[in-house]
Amino acid sequence: MARIIVITSGKGGVGKTTTSAALAMGLAQRGSRTAVVDFDVGLRNLDLIMGCERRVVYDFINVINGEASLNQALIRDRRCDDLFVLPASQTRDKEALTKEGVGKVLDDLSQTFDYVVCDSPAGIEHGATMAMYYADDAVVVTNPEVSSVRDSDRMLGILASKSRRAETGNEPIREYLLLTRYSPERVANGEMLGLEDVQEILSLDLLGVIPESMSVLNASNAGIPVILDSESDAGQAYGDMVARYLGEELPHRFLEVRKKGLFSRFFKE
Amino acid sequence: MAARLMPGNRYFAWLRSGISMLLGHRDRGSTKTKSMTAKSESEGNAPSAVVELKAAAFTLPVIRLLDTDMDTVAEQLGAKVDQAPEFFRNAPVVVDLSALPAGADEVQFPLLVGLLRGHGMIPVGVRGGNASQNRAAEVMELAIMSETATRNPRQVTTKPASKPAAPAQTAERLPETTKPVTGGSFKLITHPIRSGQRVYTREGDLSVVGPISSGAELMADGNIHIYGPLRGRAMAGMNGDTQARIFCQSLEAELVSVAGRYRVSENIPTTLRGVPVQIFLDQEVLRIEKL
Repeated sequence: MARIIVITSGKGGVGKTTTSAALAMGLAQRGSRTAVVDFDVGLRNLDLIMGCERRVVYDFINVINGEASLNQALIRDRRCDDLFVLPASQTRDKEALTKEGVGKVLDDLSQTFDYVVCDSPAGIEHGATMAMYYADDAVVVTNPEVSSVRDSDRMLGILASKSRRAETGNEPIREYLLLTRYSPERVANGEMLGLEDVQEILSLDLLGVIPESMSVLNASNAGIPVILDSESDAGQAYGDMVARYLGEELPHRFLEVRKKGLFSRFFKE
Repeated sequence: MAARLMPGNRYFAWLRSGISMLLGHRDRGSTKTKSMTAKSESEGNAPSAVVELKAAAFTLPVIRLLDTDMDTVAEQLGAKVDQAPEFFRNAPVVVDLSALPAGADEVQFPLLVGLLRGHGMIPVGVRGGNASQNRAAEVMELAIMSETATRNPRQVTTKPASKPAAPAQTAERLPETTKPVTGGSFKLITHPIRSGQRVYTREGDLSVVGPISSGAELMADGNIHIYGPLRGRAMAGMNGDTQARIFCQSLEAELVSVAGRYRVSENIPTTLRGVPVQIFLDQEVLRIEKL
Protein backbone atom coordinates (compact mmCIF):
# COMPACT_ATOMS: atom_id res chain seq x y z
CA MET A 1 0.00 0.00 0.00
CA ALA A 2 1.26 3.40 -0.93
CA ARG A 3 1.52 6.31 1.42
CA ILE A 4 -0.64 9.14 0.07
CA ILE A 5 0.86 12.57 0.64
CA VAL A 6 -1.05 15.76 -0.12
CA ILE A 7 0.79 19.00 -0.75
CA THR A 8 -1.60 21.75 0.22
CA SER A 9 -1.70 25.34 1.46
CA GLY A 10 -4.99 27.12 0.97
CA LYS A 11 -3.25 30.11 -0.53
CA GLY A 12 -2.07 30.16 -4.11
CA GLY A 13 1.42 30.79 -5.38
CA VAL A 14 3.23 29.60 -2.29
CA GLY A 15 5.05 26.72 -3.96
CA LYS A 16 2.75 23.70 -3.81
CA THR A 17 3.53 22.45 -7.28
CA THR A 18 7.27 23.10 -6.92
CA THR A 19 7.17 21.17 -3.66
CA SER A 20 5.13 18.33 -5.14
CA ALA A 21 7.62 17.95 -7.97
CA ALA A 22 10.59 18.13 -5.61
CA LEU A 23 9.19 15.69 -3.07
CA ALA A 24 8.14 13.19 -5.74
CA MET A 25 11.48 13.40 -7.48
CA GLY A 26 13.34 13.11 -4.18
CA LEU A 27 11.42 10.02 -3.12
CA ALA A 28 11.84 8.41 -6.53
CA GLN A 29 15.57 9.13 -6.57
CA ARG A 30 15.84 7.23 -3.32
CA GLY A 31 14.37 4.23 -5.06
CA SER A 32 10.70 4.42 -4.10
CA ARG A 33 8.15 4.03 -6.83
CA THR A 34 6.38 7.37 -6.76
CA ALA A 35 3.45 8.86 -8.62
CA VAL A 36 2.67 12.54 -8.53
CA VAL A 37 -0.92 13.51 -9.29
CA ASP A 38 -2.05 16.97 -10.37
CA PHE A 39 -5.42 17.84 -8.82
CA ASP A 40 -5.52 21.33 -10.27
CA VAL A 41 -8.10 20.59 -12.94
CA GLY A 42 -8.35 23.46 -15.39
CA LEU A 43 -5.12 25.13 -14.27
CA ARG A 44 -2.64 22.35 -14.61
CA ASN A 45 0.98 23.25 -13.99
CA LEU A 46 2.64 20.16 -12.67
CA ASP A 47 3.40 18.85 -16.15
CA LEU A 48 5.29 22.08 -16.89
CA ILE A 49 7.30 21.94 -13.69
CA MET A 50 8.08 18.30 -14.38
CA GLY A 51 8.96 19.08 -17.98
CA CYS A 52 6.56 16.55 -19.48
CA GLU A 53 3.92 18.89 -20.92
CA ARG A 54 4.56 17.69 -24.47
CA ARG A 55 3.90 14.11 -23.56
CA VAL A 56 0.44 14.51 -22.06
CA VAL A 57 -2.10 12.41 -23.93
CA TYR A 58 -4.60 11.29 -21.35
CA ASP A 59 -5.23 12.86 -17.99
CA PHE A 60 -6.59 12.21 -14.52
CA ILE A 61 -10.19 12.93 -15.56
CA ASN A 62 -9.94 10.55 -18.50
CA VAL A 63 -8.93 7.85 -16.05
CA ILE A 64 -11.74 8.70 -13.64
CA ASN A 65 -14.26 8.59 -16.49
CA GLY A 66 -12.86 5.33 -17.77
CA GLU A 67 -11.79 6.85 -21.07
CA ALA A 68 -8.22 5.74 -20.55
CA SER A 69 -6.42 3.26 -18.35
CA LEU A 70 -4.14 4.40 -15.59
CA ASN A 71 -1.11 3.07 -17.46
CA GLN A 72 -2.04 5.04 -20.55
CA ALA A 73 -2.30 8.26 -18.59
CA LEU A 74 0.76 7.90 -16.37
CA ILE A 75 3.85 9.57 -17.81
CA ARG A 76 7.18 8.08 -16.86
CA ASP A 77 9.80 10.65 -16.00
CA ARG A 78 12.77 10.66 -18.35
CA ARG A 79 15.27 11.36 -15.56
CA CYS A 80 14.08 8.85 -13.02
CA ASP A 81 12.51 5.50 -13.82
CA ASP A 82 10.61 5.28 -10.57
CA LEU A 83 8.74 8.54 -11.04
CA PHE A 84 5.41 8.88 -12.84
CA VAL A 85 3.23 11.90 -13.44
CA LEU A 86 -0.55 11.83 -13.68
CA PRO A 87 -1.46 15.18 -15.24
CA ALA A 88 -4.67 17.10 -14.63
CA SER A 89 -7.13 17.91 -17.35
CA GLN A 90 -6.87 21.42 -18.68
CA THR A 91 -10.28 21.42 -20.31
CA ARG A 92 -12.61 19.81 -17.80
CA ASP A 93 -14.38 21.11 -14.79
CA LYS A 94 -13.23 20.50 -11.23
CA GLU A 95 -16.55 18.79 -10.55
CA ALA A 96 -15.34 15.91 -12.67
CA LEU A 97 -13.27 14.91 -9.66
CA THR A 98 -15.75 12.69 -7.90
CA LYS A 99 -14.99 11.23 -4.52
CA GLU A 100 -15.52 7.70 -5.82
CA GLY A 101 -13.49 8.34 -8.97
CA VAL A 102 -10.56 9.84 -7.10
CA GLY A 103 -10.73 7.06 -4.54
CA LYS A 104 -10.63 4.43 -7.26
CA VAL A 105 -7.62 5.98 -9.01
CA LEU A 106 -5.67 6.45 -5.77
CA ASP A 107 -6.53 2.92 -4.79
CA ASP A 108 -5.21 1.59 -8.08
CA LEU A 109 -2.05 3.66 -7.74
CA SER A 110 -1.60 2.36 -4.21
CA GLN A 111 -1.33 -1.17 -5.57
CA THR A 112 1.85 -0.52 -7.51
CA PHE A 113 3.44 2.57 -5.96
CA ASP A 114 5.17 3.30 -2.66
CA TYR A 115 4.22 6.95 -2.55
CA VAL A 116 1.46 8.95 -4.21
CA VAL A 117 2.03 12.69 -4.03
CA CYS A 118 -1.12 14.77 -4.57
CA ASP A 119 -0.57 18.31 -5.77
CA SER A 120 -3.56 20.25 -4.45
CA PRO A 121 -4.98 23.32 -6.12
CA ALA A 122 -5.19 26.53 -4.12
CA GLY A 123 -8.32 27.33 -2.18
CA ILE A 124 -10.55 25.19 -0.06
CA GLU A 125 -12.99 24.27 -2.78
CA HIS A 126 -13.77 20.95 -4.35
CA GLY A 127 -10.43 20.28 -6.00
CA ALA A 128 -8.50 20.96 -2.82
CA THR A 129 -10.80 18.88 -0.65
CA MET A 130 -10.58 15.99 -3.12
CA ALA A 131 -6.79 16.18 -3.09
CA MET A 132 -6.64 15.87 0.69
CA TYR A 133 -9.55 13.54 1.30
CA TYR A 134 -7.62 10.28 0.96
CA ALA A 135 -4.31 11.55 2.33
CA ASP A 136 -2.21 9.81 4.95
CA ASP A 137 0.26 12.68 5.29
CA ALA A 138 -0.10 16.35 4.54
CA VAL A 139 2.63 18.85 3.79
CA VAL A 140 1.29 22.33 4.40
CA VAL A 141 3.25 24.77 2.30
CA THR A 142 3.38 28.21 3.85
CA ASN A 143 5.09 31.47 3.04
CA PRO A 144 6.29 33.55 5.96
CA GLU A 145 3.53 36.11 5.74
CA VAL A 146 0.30 36.50 7.67
CA SER A 147 -2.27 35.67 5.01
CA SER A 148 -0.49 32.51 3.97
CA VAL A 149 -0.14 31.45 7.59
CA ARG A 150 -3.82 32.00 8.26
CA ASP A 151 -4.84 30.10 5.13
CA SER A 152 -2.60 27.23 6.14
CA ASP A 153 -4.18 27.24 9.55
CA ARG A 154 -7.60 27.06 7.94
CA MET A 155 -6.43 24.23 5.74
CA LEU A 156 -5.18 22.33 8.79
CA GLY A 157 -8.63 22.65 10.30
CA ILE A 158 -10.16 21.19 7.18
CA LEU A 159 -7.60 18.39 7.11
CA ALA A 160 -8.60 17.54 10.66
CA SER A 161 -12.29 17.34 9.87
CA LYS A 162 -12.96 16.55 6.24
CA SER A 163 -10.59 13.76 5.35
CA ARG A 164 -11.36 10.08 5.07
CA ARG A 165 -9.26 9.43 8.14
CA ALA A 166 -11.27 11.97 10.11
CA GLU A 167 -14.58 10.66 8.84
CA THR A 168 -13.80 7.05 9.57
CA GLY A 169 -12.24 7.86 12.92
CA ASN A 170 -8.84 6.50 11.96
CA GLU A 171 -5.52 7.89 13.09
CA PRO A 172 -5.48 11.51 11.90
CA ILE A 173 -3.46 12.71 8.93
CA ARG A 174 0.17 13.42 9.82
CA GLU A 175 0.71 17.10 9.23
CA TYR A 176 3.99 18.76 8.35
CA LEU A 177 4.93 22.36 7.85
CA LEU A 178 7.10 23.42 4.96
CA LEU A 179 8.09 27.05 4.97
CA THR A 180 8.94 28.27 1.49
CA ARG A 181 10.29 31.48 -0.01
CA TYR A 182 12.02 32.20 3.27
CA SER A 183 14.30 35.18 3.16
CA PRO A 184 16.48 35.55 6.26
CA GLU A 185 17.39 39.08 5.24
CA ARG A 186 13.74 40.19 5.15
CA VAL A 187 13.04 38.41 8.41
CA ALA A 188 15.94 40.27 9.98
CA ASN A 189 14.49 43.53 8.68
CA GLY A 190 11.10 42.67 10.13
CA GLU A 191 9.46 42.49 6.72
CA MET A 192 8.67 38.81 7.01
CA LEU A 193 7.48 36.52 9.75
CA GLY A 194 10.29 34.52 11.25
CA LEU A 195 10.34 30.77 11.47
CA GLU A 196 9.53 30.90 15.17
CA ASP A 197 6.53 33.17 14.64
CA VAL A 198 5.09 30.82 12.04
CA GLN A 199 5.71 27.77 14.17
CA GLU A 200 4.16 29.43 17.16
CA ILE A 201 0.98 30.08 15.22
CA LEU A 202 0.77 26.76 13.43
CA SER A 203 2.51 24.51 15.98
CA LEU A 204 3.42 21.79 13.49
CA ASP A 205 6.35 19.51 12.80
CA LEU A 206 8.71 21.44 10.59
CA LEU A 207 9.67 19.47 7.53
CA GLY A 208 11.92 22.12 6.09
CA VAL A 209 12.58 25.73 5.24
CA ILE A 210 13.14 26.50 1.58
CA PRO A 211 14.97 29.77 1.02
CA GLU A 212 13.75 32.29 -1.50
CA SER A 213 15.89 31.55 -4.49
CA MET A 214 16.24 32.43 -8.13
CA SER A 215 16.97 28.78 -8.82
CA VAL A 216 13.31 27.88 -8.18
CA LEU A 217 12.06 30.08 -10.99
CA ASN A 218 14.84 29.00 -13.29
CA ALA A 219 14.09 25.35 -12.62
CA SER A 220 10.38 25.87 -13.23
CA ASN A 221 11.05 27.58 -16.50
CA ALA A 222 13.29 24.76 -17.57
CA GLY A 223 10.86 22.06 -16.46
CA ILE A 224 13.37 20.55 -14.07
CA PRO A 225 12.30 19.92 -10.47
CA VAL A 226 14.50 22.20 -8.40
CA ILE A 227 15.63 19.33 -6.21
CA LEU A 228 17.78 18.18 -9.14
CA ASP A 229 19.72 21.44 -8.94
CA SER A 230 21.92 20.29 -6.10
CA GLU A 231 24.12 23.34 -6.46
CA SER A 232 21.36 25.68 -5.37
CA ASP A 233 20.32 26.39 -1.81
CA ALA A 234 16.67 25.65 -2.63
CA GLY A 235 17.63 22.34 -4.23
CA GLN A 236 19.62 21.35 -1.16
CA ALA A 237 16.85 22.45 1.17
CA TYR A 238 14.38 20.29 -0.74
CA GLY A 239 16.84 17.41 -0.49
CA ASP A 240 16.88 17.87 3.28
CA MET A 241 13.11 17.97 3.30
CA VAL A 242 12.83 14.58 1.60
CA ALA A 243 15.36 13.11 4.02
CA ARG A 244 13.44 14.48 6.99
CA TYR A 245 10.19 13.13 5.60
CA LEU A 246 11.81 9.71 5.52
CA GLY A 247 12.81 10.04 9.14
CA GLU A 248 16.33 11.42 9.07
CA GLU A 249 17.14 14.14 11.55
CA LEU A 250 18.93 17.02 9.92
CA PRO A 251 19.58 20.54 11.17
CA HIS A 252 17.65 23.26 9.36
CA ARG A 253 19.81 25.26 7.00
CA PHE A 254 19.58 28.62 5.28
CA LEU A 255 17.97 30.32 8.28
CA GLU A 256 20.70 32.87 8.92
CA VAL A 257 21.54 35.99 7.01
CA ARG A 258 24.60 35.24 4.95
CA LYS A 259 27.38 37.67 5.68
CA LYS A 260 28.51 39.17 2.45
CA GLY A 261 32.26 39.28 2.85
CA LEU A 262 34.64 40.78 0.40
CA PHE A 263 35.39 37.35 -0.95
CA SER A 264 31.83 36.38 -1.79
CA ARG A 265 31.08 39.82 -3.14
CA PHE A 266 34.03 39.56 -5.40
CA PHE A 267 33.18 36.15 -6.74
CA LYS A 268 29.41 36.56 -6.62
CA GLU A 269 29.38 33.15 -5.00
CA MET B 1 -36.03 50.37 38.39
CA ALA B 2 -39.28 49.11 37.09
CA ALA B 3 -38.19 47.37 33.97
CA ARG B 4 -34.89 46.00 32.98
CA LEU B 5 -33.61 44.65 29.76
CA MET B 6 -32.15 41.29 30.43
CA PRO B 7 -28.81 40.29 29.14
CA GLY B 8 -30.82 38.36 26.62
CA ASN B 9 -28.29 40.11 24.53
CA ARG B 10 -29.11 40.97 21.08
CA TYR B 11 -25.51 41.96 20.54
CA PHE B 12 -24.96 38.39 19.80
CA ALA B 13 -28.34 37.57 18.47
CA TRP B 14 -27.00 37.07 14.97
CA LEU B 15 -24.30 34.83 16.15
CA ARG B 16 -26.23 32.93 18.71
CA SER B 17 -29.21 32.33 16.55
CA GLY B 18 -26.86 31.03 13.90
CA ILE B 19 -25.37 28.69 16.40
CA SER B 20 -28.77 27.71 17.61
CA MET B 21 -29.76 26.73 14.13
CA LEU B 22 -26.60 24.77 13.71
CA LEU B 23 -26.70 22.95 16.95
CA GLY B 24 -30.34 22.95 17.81
CA HIS B 25 -29.32 24.75 20.94
CA ARG B 26 -31.75 26.58 23.12
CA ASP B 27 -30.85 29.08 25.71
CA ARG B 28 -32.36 30.87 28.60
CA GLY B 29 -33.08 34.09 26.83
CA SER B 30 -34.60 32.35 23.92
CA THR B 31 -37.79 30.64 23.26
CA LYS B 32 -38.41 27.51 21.37
CA THR B 33 -41.01 27.97 18.76
CA LYS B 34 -42.81 25.27 16.97
CA SER B 35 -44.62 26.24 13.87
CA MET B 36 -47.86 24.46 14.54
CA THR B 37 -49.90 26.64 12.29
CA ALA B 38 -50.29 24.32 9.41
CA LYS B 39 -52.01 21.05 9.93
CA SER B 40 -51.56 18.87 6.93
CA GLU B 41 -55.13 17.97 6.18
CA SER B 42 -54.30 17.24 2.62
CA GLU B 43 -52.31 14.21 3.62
CA GLY B 44 -53.24 11.28 1.53
CA ASN B 45 -54.81 13.01 -1.42
CA ALA B 46 -52.22 15.65 -2.32
CA PRO B 47 -48.83 14.04 -2.93
CA SER B 48 -46.53 17.05 -2.74
CA ALA B 49 -46.32 18.63 0.68
CA VAL B 50 -46.57 22.40 0.80
CA VAL B 51 -45.91 22.75 4.49
CA GLU B 52 -43.38 21.31 6.82
CA LEU B 53 -43.41 21.21 10.57
CA LYS B 54 -40.14 22.18 12.10
CA ALA B 55 -38.80 23.26 15.44
CA ALA B 56 -36.45 26.21 15.57
CA ALA B 57 -34.86 28.16 18.36
CA PHE B 58 -34.73 31.94 18.41
CA THR B 59 -32.97 34.35 20.63
CA LEU B 60 -35.34 37.05 21.79
CA PRO B 61 -34.82 40.07 24.00
CA VAL B 62 -36.47 39.66 27.37
CA ILE B 63 -38.05 42.52 29.22
CA ARG B 64 -37.95 41.77 32.88
CA LEU B 65 -40.65 43.48 34.88
CA LEU B 66 -39.60 44.48 38.37
CA ASP B 67 -42.69 46.47 39.18
CA THR B 68 -46.27 46.62 37.99
CA ASP B 69 -46.63 50.39 37.98
CA MET B 70 -47.12 51.02 34.29
CA ASP B 71 -46.33 54.72 34.50
CA THR B 72 -42.84 54.04 35.81
CA VAL B 73 -42.38 51.22 33.35
CA ALA B 74 -43.38 53.50 30.50
CA GLU B 75 -40.98 56.18 31.62
CA GLN B 76 -37.97 53.92 32.05
CA LEU B 77 -38.64 51.84 28.98
CA GLY B 78 -39.01 55.00 26.93
CA ALA B 79 -35.60 56.14 28.08
CA LYS B 80 -34.08 52.81 27.10
CA VAL B 81 -35.70 52.76 23.71
CA ASP B 82 -34.59 56.30 22.98
CA GLN B 83 -31.01 55.16 23.24
CA ALA B 84 -31.42 52.72 20.40
CA PRO B 85 -34.76 53.02 18.65
CA GLU B 86 -33.63 50.95 15.67
CA PHE B 87 -32.74 48.11 17.94
CA PHE B 88 -36.33 47.76 19.09
CA ARG B 89 -38.10 48.31 15.81
CA ASN B 90 -40.20 45.24 15.01
CA ALA B 91 -38.26 43.27 17.59
CA PRO B 92 -40.24 40.40 19.07
CA VAL B 93 -39.89 40.55 22.85
CA VAL B 94 -40.78 38.35 25.78
CA VAL B 95 -41.95 39.76 29.09
CA ASP B 96 -40.43 38.08 32.11
CA LEU B 97 -42.63 38.19 35.17
CA SER B 98 -40.52 36.09 37.49
CA ALA B 99 -38.91 39.05 39.21
CA LEU B 100 -42.13 40.72 40.23
CA PRO B 101 -42.43 40.87 44.00
CA ALA B 102 -44.95 38.53 45.56
CA GLY B 103 -48.27 40.22 46.13
CA ALA B 104 -47.63 42.86 43.51
CA ASP B 105 -50.57 44.42 41.77
CA GLU B 106 -52.02 42.80 38.70
CA VAL B 107 -49.97 43.34 35.60
CA GLN B 108 -51.95 45.55 33.29
CA PHE B 109 -51.25 43.64 30.14
CA PRO B 110 -53.34 45.80 27.82
CA LEU B 111 -51.34 48.84 28.89
CA LEU B 112 -48.06 46.97 28.69
CA VAL B 113 -48.74 45.53 25.26
CA GLY B 114 -49.82 48.93 24.02
CA LEU B 115 -46.69 50.47 25.43
CA LEU B 116 -44.40 47.93 23.77
CA ARG B 117 -46.23 48.19 20.44
CA GLY B 118 -45.99 51.93 20.71
CA HIS B 119 -42.22 51.59 20.78
CA GLY B 120 -42.33 49.39 17.73
CA MET B 121 -41.76 46.14 19.56
CA ILE B 122 -43.82 43.02 19.03
CA PRO B 123 -44.65 41.41 22.37
CA VAL B 124 -44.93 37.69 21.70
CA GLY B 125 -45.18 36.09 25.10
CA VAL B 126 -44.59 36.03 28.80
CA ARG B 127 -42.68 33.75 31.04
CA GLY B 128 -42.24 33.19 34.72
CA GLY B 129 -45.73 34.37 35.64
CA ASN B 130 -48.15 32.79 38.07
CA ALA B 131 -51.45 31.26 37.05
CA SER B 132 -53.48 34.45 37.18
CA GLN B 133 -50.81 36.45 35.37
CA ASN B 134 -50.67 33.80 32.68
CA ARG B 135 -54.43 33.92 32.25
CA ALA B 136 -54.30 37.68 31.94
CA ALA B 137 -51.53 37.39 29.40
CA GLU B 138 -53.44 34.85 27.35
CA VAL B 139 -56.33 37.25 27.12
CA MET B 140 -53.94 39.63 25.36
CA GLU B 141 -52.96 36.78 23.02
CA LEU B 142 -49.52 36.51 24.50
CA ALA B 143 -47.96 33.07 24.45
CA ILE B 144 -47.00 31.46 27.71
CA MET B 145 -43.37 30.56 27.24
CA SER B 146 -42.51 27.32 28.89
CA GLU B 147 -39.89 27.93 31.51
CA THR B 148 -38.86 24.32 31.79
CA ALA B 149 -38.09 23.91 28.16
CA THR B 150 -35.61 26.75 28.11
CA ARG B 151 -34.26 26.73 31.59
CA ASN B 152 -30.59 26.40 32.19
CA PRO B 153 -30.24 23.19 34.16
CA ARG B 154 -27.50 24.73 36.25
CA GLN B 155 -29.79 27.46 37.43
CA VAL B 156 -31.98 27.00 40.44
CA THR B 157 -35.28 28.30 39.23
CA THR B 158 -38.51 28.35 41.07
CA LYS B 159 -41.54 26.89 39.44
CA PRO B 160 -43.37 29.84 37.99
CA ALA B 161 -46.87 28.97 39.05
CA SER B 162 -46.34 27.60 42.51
CA LYS B 163 -43.96 29.97 44.22
CA PRO B 164 -43.81 33.70 44.68
CA ALA B 165 -41.18 35.40 42.64
CA ALA B 166 -39.28 37.12 45.42
CA PRO B 167 -36.64 34.41 45.93
CA ALA B 168 -35.90 34.48 42.25
CA GLN B 169 -35.08 38.12 42.55
CA THR B 170 -32.50 37.54 45.24
CA ALA B 171 -31.10 34.65 43.33
CA GLU B 172 -30.62 36.93 40.39
CA ARG B 173 -28.78 39.49 42.47
CA LEU B 174 -26.57 37.27 44.53
CA PRO B 175 -23.92 34.98 43.22
CA GLU B 176 -25.38 31.56 43.00
CA THR B 177 -23.94 29.30 45.57
CA THR B 178 -26.04 26.25 45.01
CA LYS B 179 -25.35 24.81 41.63
CA PRO B 180 -26.46 21.30 41.07
CA VAL B 181 -24.70 20.42 37.87
CA THR B 182 -27.13 18.11 36.22
CA GLY B 183 -26.88 16.80 32.71
CA GLY B 184 -23.81 18.96 32.22
CA SER B 185 -21.29 17.77 29.70
CA PHE B 186 -17.59 18.40 29.63
CA LYS B 187 -15.34 18.56 26.64
CA LEU B 188 -11.58 18.21 26.53
CA ILE B 189 -9.65 18.86 23.36
CA THR B 190 -5.94 18.22 23.13
CA HIS B 191 -5.16 19.51 19.66
CA PRO B 192 -4.93 23.02 18.26
CA ILE B 193 -8.17 24.69 17.16
CA ARG B 194 -7.57 26.03 13.69
CA SER B 195 -8.90 29.03 11.88
CA GLY B 196 -12.44 28.31 10.71
CA GLN B 197 -13.10 25.60 13.27
CA ARG B 198 -15.73 26.03 15.92
CA VAL B 199 -16.25 24.04 19.03
CA TYR B 200 -19.32 24.23 21.19
CA THR B 201 -19.91 22.57 24.53
CA ARG B 202 -23.50 22.48 25.44
CA GLU B 203 -24.37 22.79 29.10
CA GLY B 204 -20.84 22.39 30.28
CA ASP B 205 -17.24 23.48 30.29
CA LEU B 206 -14.77 23.37 27.47
CA SER B 207 -11.06 22.81 27.99
CA VAL B 208 -8.50 23.00 25.24
CA VAL B 209 -4.86 22.06 25.59
CA GLY B 210 -3.29 23.82 22.64
CA PRO B 211 -3.46 27.10 20.79
CA ILE B 212 -6.67 28.65 19.49
CA SER B 213 -5.89 30.17 16.13
CA SER B 214 -7.22 33.46 14.99
CA GLY B 215 -10.44 32.80 13.12
CA ALA B 216 -11.36 29.88 15.38
CA GLU B 217 -14.34 29.95 17.71
CA LEU B 218 -14.82 28.37 21.09
CA MET B 219 -18.25 28.37 22.66
CA ALA B 220 -19.53 26.87 25.86
CA ASP B 221 -22.57 27.21 28.03
CA GLY B 222 -20.18 26.97 30.95
CA ASN B 223 -16.56 28.02 31.40
CA ILE B 224 -13.80 27.92 28.83
CA HIS B 225 -10.28 26.92 29.83
CA ILE B 226 -7.45 27.31 27.38
CA TYR B 227 -4.01 25.94 28.11
CA GLY B 228 -2.32 27.84 25.35
CA PRO B 229 -2.68 31.17 23.60
CA LEU B 230 -6.17 32.37 22.72
CA ARG B 231 -5.96 34.08 19.35
CA GLY B 232 -9.47 33.44 18.09
CA ARG B 233 -12.81 33.98 19.75
CA ALA B 234 -14.04 32.57 23.01
CA MET B 235 -17.62 32.83 24.20
CA ALA B 236 -18.52 31.47 27.60
CA GLY B 237 -21.95 31.41 29.17
CA MET B 238 -23.62 31.01 25.80
CA ASN B 239 -26.97 30.30 27.42
CA GLY B 240 -26.81 33.46 29.47
CA ASP B 241 -24.98 32.12 32.49
CA THR B 242 -23.39 35.25 33.92
CA GLN B 243 -21.21 33.20 36.25
CA ALA B 244 -19.26 31.61 33.41
CA ARG B 245 -15.64 32.55 32.95
CA ILE B 246 -12.89 32.27 30.39
CA PHE B 247 -9.35 31.35 31.39
CA CYS B 248 -6.40 31.39 29.08
CA GLN B 249 -2.64 31.31 29.28
CA SER B 250 -2.06 34.11 26.85
CA LEU B 251 -4.74 36.54 25.79
CA GLU B 252 -4.34 37.46 22.13
CA ALA B 253 -8.02 37.09 21.32
CA GLU B 254 -10.05 38.65 18.55
CA LEU B 255 -13.09 38.62 20.76
CA VAL B 256 -14.09 37.40 24.19
CA SER B 257 -17.57 37.23 25.60
CA VAL B 258 -19.38 36.06 28.69
CA ALA B 259 -23.15 35.71 28.57
CA GLY B 260 -23.28 37.97 25.56
CA ARG B 261 -21.17 40.78 26.99
CA TYR B 262 -18.24 41.00 24.68
CA ARG B 263 -15.04 42.82 23.98
CA VAL B 264 -13.14 42.89 20.73
CA SER B 265 -9.40 42.90 20.48
CA GLU B 266 -9.29 46.67 19.99
CA ASN B 267 -10.80 47.21 23.41
CA ILE B 268 -8.44 44.93 25.25
CA PRO B 269 -5.71 46.98 26.92
CA THR B 270 -2.21 46.16 25.76
CA THR B 271 -1.16 45.44 29.33
CA LEU B 272 -3.50 42.48 29.32
CA ARG B 273 -2.40 41.12 25.99
CA GLY B 274 -0.12 38.13 25.91
CA VAL B 275 -0.52 37.36 29.60
CA PRO B 276 -2.54 34.74 31.45
CA VAL B 277 -5.97 36.11 32.32
CA GLN B 278 -9.41 35.28 33.45
CA ILE B 279 -12.45 36.96 31.98
CA PHE B 280 -15.71 37.24 33.85
CA LEU B 281 -18.75 39.40 34.44
CA ASP B 282 -18.68 41.72 37.38
CA GLN B 283 -21.96 43.59 37.83
CA GLU B 284 -22.74 42.96 34.18
CA VAL B 285 -19.45 44.47 33.11
CA LEU B 286 -16.97 42.26 31.35
CA ARG B 287 -13.74 42.25 33.28
CA ILE B 288 -10.36 40.93 32.27
CA GLU B 289 -7.98 40.24 35.08
CA LYS B 290 -4.42 38.99 35.14
CA LEU B 291 -4.01 35.60 36.70
